Amino acid sequence: MTKEEIIKKLTTIVKPYVQNEEGFKNLSEETDFINDLEINSANLVDIILDVEDEFNIEIDNHAMEKMLSVKATVAVIQEKIND
Amino acid sequence: MKNRVVITGLGVVAPNGVGLTEFTKAIKSGTSGITFHQELKDKGFSCCIGGIPTISEEKKSEYLTPLQLRGFNSTSILYGVMAGIDAWKDAGFSVDENSDLDYDSGIIFGTGTSGIEKFREAIYKIDDQNVRRLGSTSVVQTMASGISAYLGGILGFGNQVTTNSSACTTGTEAILLGFERIKNGKAKRMLVGSSSDSSLYTWGGFDAMRVMTYKHNETPEKGSRPMSATASGFVPGSGGGALVLESLESALERNATIYAEVLGGNINSGGQRNGGTLTAPNATAVQKCITDAIKDANISADEIDVINGHLTATSKDALEIENWTKALQRKGTNFPYINSLKSMVGHCLSGAGAIESVASILQIKEQFVFPNINCEDVHPKILELISVDKIPQKVIKKNIDILAKASFGFGDVNACVIFKKYSEF
Repeated sequence: MTKEEIIKKLTTIVKPYVQNEEGFKNLSEETDFINDLEINSANLVDIILDVEDEFNIEIDNHAMEKMLSVKATVAVIQEKIND
Repeated sequence: MKNRVVITGLGVVAPNGVGLTEFTKAIKSGTSGITFHQELKDKGFSCCIGGIPTISEEKKSEYLTPLQLRGFNSTSILYGVMAGIDAWKDAGFSVDENSDLDYDSGIIFGTGTSGIEKFREAIYKIDDQNVRRLGSTSVVQTMASGISAYLGGILGFGNQVTTNSSACTTGTEAILLGFERIKNGKAKRMLVGSSSDSSLYTWGGFDAMRVMTYKHNETPEKGSRPMSATASGFVPGSGGGALVLESLESALERNATIYAEVLGGNINSGGQRNGGTLTAPNATAVQKCITDAIKDANISADEIDVINGHLTATSKDALEIENWTKALQRKGTNFPYINSLKSMVGHCLSGAGAIESVASILQIKEQFVFPNINCEDVHPKILELISVDKIPQKVIKKNIDILAKASFGFGDVNACVIFKKYSEF
């Protein structure tokens, strides 16, 4: 799966949790979930669960801690898919 | 100087009517909200009937955001949020997620168990060694304070935001706790109320105790029979009720509609002594709760026009009436009118006190006594105590100045609140 395909799926996943619509419009690889999209930190765990379902992977606690931005999340997803 | 406390807003989600308009119409016409539920039968319940409010998905989305509704599975929170928001709007306030923090307003919203269906989901996942799949919604939907927490955030309240729990007394207790807070100048406004889940898992234990009726599965609307000779146990119900209590000063400043005044009341316990147990009331304590409420409200027992009783449709109804006659020193034709909303909605458990108080206040505001349905055969023991005329079976117009509402709960706990038609003096 290409990076672009992953970002596209990720965009759909995070959409319901976004509090800052402006940040969502400008979503890029550099986007930070909490600072740019104002996603409630508790909801980050829900996003991880949605990612697991969508990509059929399992994300451990260590990887989860890193998933605060689009870039880091894509990296984790790519790594798990290729496992 | 103690503040006078008035009621300026109401909200209700009941089995026989969602929203004030529908609910008022239902209680005036004696409309039952009790229906047959196949899932109860499928799970082997003896009692297969119950009261569940009807709420569409569209209606839900008027109160909760799509994000809040993701993974949402808690009817007690849904009912509480709906009733609470309705009451707040009914009091003339708007709901704005960007409103300033309001330190003058608080919440005391009670429940027995919160989000029991959500809890079930969580238990299954954990037992399946899948705790990590619970997500972020499990805690907030199952904590008892979930309802007050949801409402507190939606409305932006900065005064006390908490939850009380005292079984079937919960809602009436919440009113009195909020009343005290305003009376003593700790808050200008308190959103108070209670709710109860619609769930097999809330109702199952009562079915097992054999305190629910199993004789009316074919005739659900006839099933809930408070004060009737053929009462054979209560019918489970669910829903939520909410009231905005406000200092008279604040209500007058805002030129708010005043439904009624809370004159006073009392909360006590029978201590599971002298006949009181975990599940049965100590009669002496019940009577003391009523007489102390009258004292606190600074009225005489003769002034009570109407009683909204606890009256669940079990064998304890006659004992409750006896307690009222002793506490008030009134019987026969001298007894006030008495009614039980449970004849129409069943026993809404922790939600009962608040839903029934909303019905009580509507009676004061619109000056009527709603009918008791299903007691065409009043229990002979009750007829020995009070005149049958005092148990209306059709709606009656009545000048109500003072109404007493009581709730009695498991754990041998009691609450009685005295409401009065509002007048300046």
